[in-house]
Amino acid sequence: MNALIAVDPVPWARSQMAFTLGFHIILVPLGVSWAFMALIANWRAIRRNDADALALAQRWSKYMAVTFAVGAVTGTVLTFEFGLLWPTFMGRFGAAFGIPFAVEGLFFFAEAIFIAIYIYGWERMKPWPHFWTLVPIIVSGIGGTVSVVAANAWMNEPGGFTLDSAGKVTNVHPLNVIFNSAMPLEALHMVLAAYLVGGFLIASVYAVAILRGRRDRYHMLGFVIPFTVAALATPVQMFVGDTLARWVYKNEPAKFAAIEIVPKTSSDVPEILLGHLNSNGTESGGIKIPGLASWLSSPSGGKNTTIKGRNAFPTANEPTIAETNVVHLAWDIMVGLGTALFLLSAWYALYWLFRRRAPLIKPFLWLAAPAGVASVIALEAGWVVTEVGRQPWIVVNYLKVAAAATTNGGVWITFIVISVLYLVVGVTLILVMRHMSRRARATPGADPPDDSDAPYGPRPGVLVS
Amino acid sequence: MTTAVAIVLFFGVTAYAVFAGADFGAGFWDLIAGGAERGAKPRALIDHSIGPVWEANHVWLIFCLVVLWTGFSSAFQSIMLTLFVPLTLAALGIVMRGSSFAFRKSVFVTKQQRVYGAVFAMSSVLVPYCIGAVAGAIASGRVPAGGKAGDWWSSWINPTSVLGGVLAVAVCAYLAAFYLVADADRLGERELVDYFRRRAIIAAVVAGIIAFAGIFVLHADAKYIFDGLTSRALPCVIVSAICGVSSLVLLARGRRQLTRVLAIAAVATVVIGWGVAQWPYLLPVSMKLSQAAAPDATLETILVVFVAAAVLIVPSLALLYHLDQRSMLASEGVSQ
Repeated sequence: MNALIAVDPVPWARSQMAFTLGFHIILVPLGVSWAFMALIANWRAIRRNDADALALAQRWSKYMAVTFAVGAVTGTVLTFEFGLLWPTFMGRFGAAFGIPFAVEGLFFFAEAIFIAIYIYGWERMKPWPHFWTLVPIIVSGIGGTVSVVAANAWMNEPGGFTLDSAGKVTNVHPLNVIFNSAMPLEALHMVLAAYLVGGFLIASVYAVAILRGRRDRYHMLGFVIPFTVAALATPVQMFVGDTLARWVYKNEPAKFAAIEIVPKTSSDVPEILLGHLNSNGTESGGIKIPGLASWLSSPSGGKNTTIKGRNAFPTANEPTIAETNVVHLAWDIMVGLGTALFLLSAWYALYWLFRRRAPLIKPFLWLAAPAGVASVIALEAGWVVTEVGRQPWIVVNYLKVAAAATTNGGVWITFIVISVLYLVVGVTLILVMRHMSRRARATPGADPPDDSDAPYGPRPGVLVS
Repeated sequence: MTTAVAIVLFFGVTAYAVFAGADFGAGFWDLIAGGAERGAKPRALIDHSIGPVWEANHVWLIFCLVVLWTGFSSAFQSIMLTLFVPLTLAALGIVMRGSSFAFRKSVFVTKQQRVYGAVFAMSSVLVPYCIGAVAGAIASGRVPAGGKAGDWWSSWINPTSVLGGVLAVAVCAYLAAFYLVADADRLGERELVDYFRRRAIIAAVVAGIIAFAGIFVLHADAKYIFDGLTSRALPCVIVSAICGVSSLVLLARGRRQLTRVLAIAAVATVVIGWGVAQWPYLLPVSMKLSQAAAPDATLETILVVFVAAAVLIVPSLALLYHLDQRSMLASEGVSQ
């Protein structure tokens, strides 16, 4: 029976991990940054006695609960998958790699409890103490993100341990595992991404609503709060991303060669927009900007900066040509969309500066509406760059993906089942949130506190059947 | 140090069994509550009781997995390789259960609600069965040491795994019924108190019979565990039996004060008994805990995180429960 269904598990395991992580990563920004938007709305509600802001904070807390609930189960699946799909990885490096996850568990626990407390607290706690319960949600959201990204950074730059002669992990230094050299910039990049994506995504929903004619104060506030957060995060993200790219140039040269599709080590390397590597390893196509890749890698060295090319690495230790093309395209998409979002943010900022109000005008909203989806695509693309760019390694210089994967030949079945299941969950999630918002619109003003939409919230004292 | 981490791990397993067990069991009662009309009232109570902290229960499972892979990596590797099928089923079940529960309150059409309700209820049975079968596979020594895969199918389709799976489902149903009696009582729903009391008694008897039959299964199929349960772990077995029987007797007599605590104790001692009986093996009888243990610094980190969690989490959970109680009092005041 095993022989009948056995198919090489490695590509399927990679696909399943990519798909489930790619799904989970969309929920992450909402889980991490939504509480911060709610904090602003809630603050405004109390300070200025603003009923619209109060209604926003209340409704957001319920949406937060739904996305967090789904994020919790997709996160649980990822925990299973580390073992189910990559048993050798866990078996050999679990003692080091697991440390950031142990810390993450702490943040996750706190976040789950405080989201429930916040939802419970409406009408049951005094306004200010209730407001403050958002802070642990925000802190644990950031802490959880930093922990998980620390684990990912460790895969790029493994440290904080030694191997004995049998290849077993010994001498673990937990703090060096967590604060590995790739961690600070990667973690910062992801936290900013969470705020950027969360902001653009939530704002885009309200942009569509305003374009459809719901030009009331509630919807405008629902647009302005998250868009402002995203617009503030975007320029910082550009700076951090640029710094991170130079860090990758110095510390992960094989990944950098894939990002810039550099066939041979050389100076005066052009920045190639689009373009691709041919099967014989030469690059062609795209728009070349002479010397820019060299200049960006080290502005002080200018055009003379040498960039290591693919020829500098053994073929078995660098991404394949197909993978390189994926990395480069993903890079272009991330930088391109990031730049577009930066221009949009600049427009927003200038409008504020000169007109002292948000640009709630049609042409701007027409661009803000797709900004949410664009930011999600940029996020996914950035994640593809770091993951595919690390190939063929799962732990750089220690363990290859193919050696880490499960030997079970049935992974293709679980991949298909889980893909279908996730698609159903994803579609339902969107439908449910739309439904919740329609129902909320039917009852104007602040939400009733015993609203039964949230998956976990205050329980009525009597049984409603 | 290894011992301390093993205790932490088993603390997680026990917490998961007690907290999530009640959740899963509620899903079981939902499943067999009958047609839409007949089952409406019990289902409403189930919804009501499951609400507040179901999310937090996933944390226990994640906690167990992370402690296992960090603290005992090579054993984790063997377990995941060998028990790929039941663990995958459990993971899928968790997705179906979690999302259908999150969604079913928000979808309006009764037909859709029914579909989500059914998915929720069926996965509530699937997940504990699979996890019980995994426990059975480990206990009966079917997971080989050294990061090798055992048999794909017979590792979890065998007498001890079937016992583990069926016992897990029965225990969840038993726990949940006791919780539901207490909740119905608090809400003053006399009819539902009787409804779940009958079911609690049946579940207690069935779980007791399965546990008793299990002794013979273990004798034939998992000798090391059987020997452990009849020697080292005997006190746990006895305490569990006493708690189980007295929970049943008290409930049958219409008492409700202590019953829930006794039910929890009966289940917790079974899980703890399993751990004690396996001692000092993580994978009986091929891998001892000490052989699988990670370097000391890693184990220390686990302990530090555990203590930090206890310090931070316990007060926040207390606040949550406090708010839960307060809200109920407040709205009861309004409705009466």
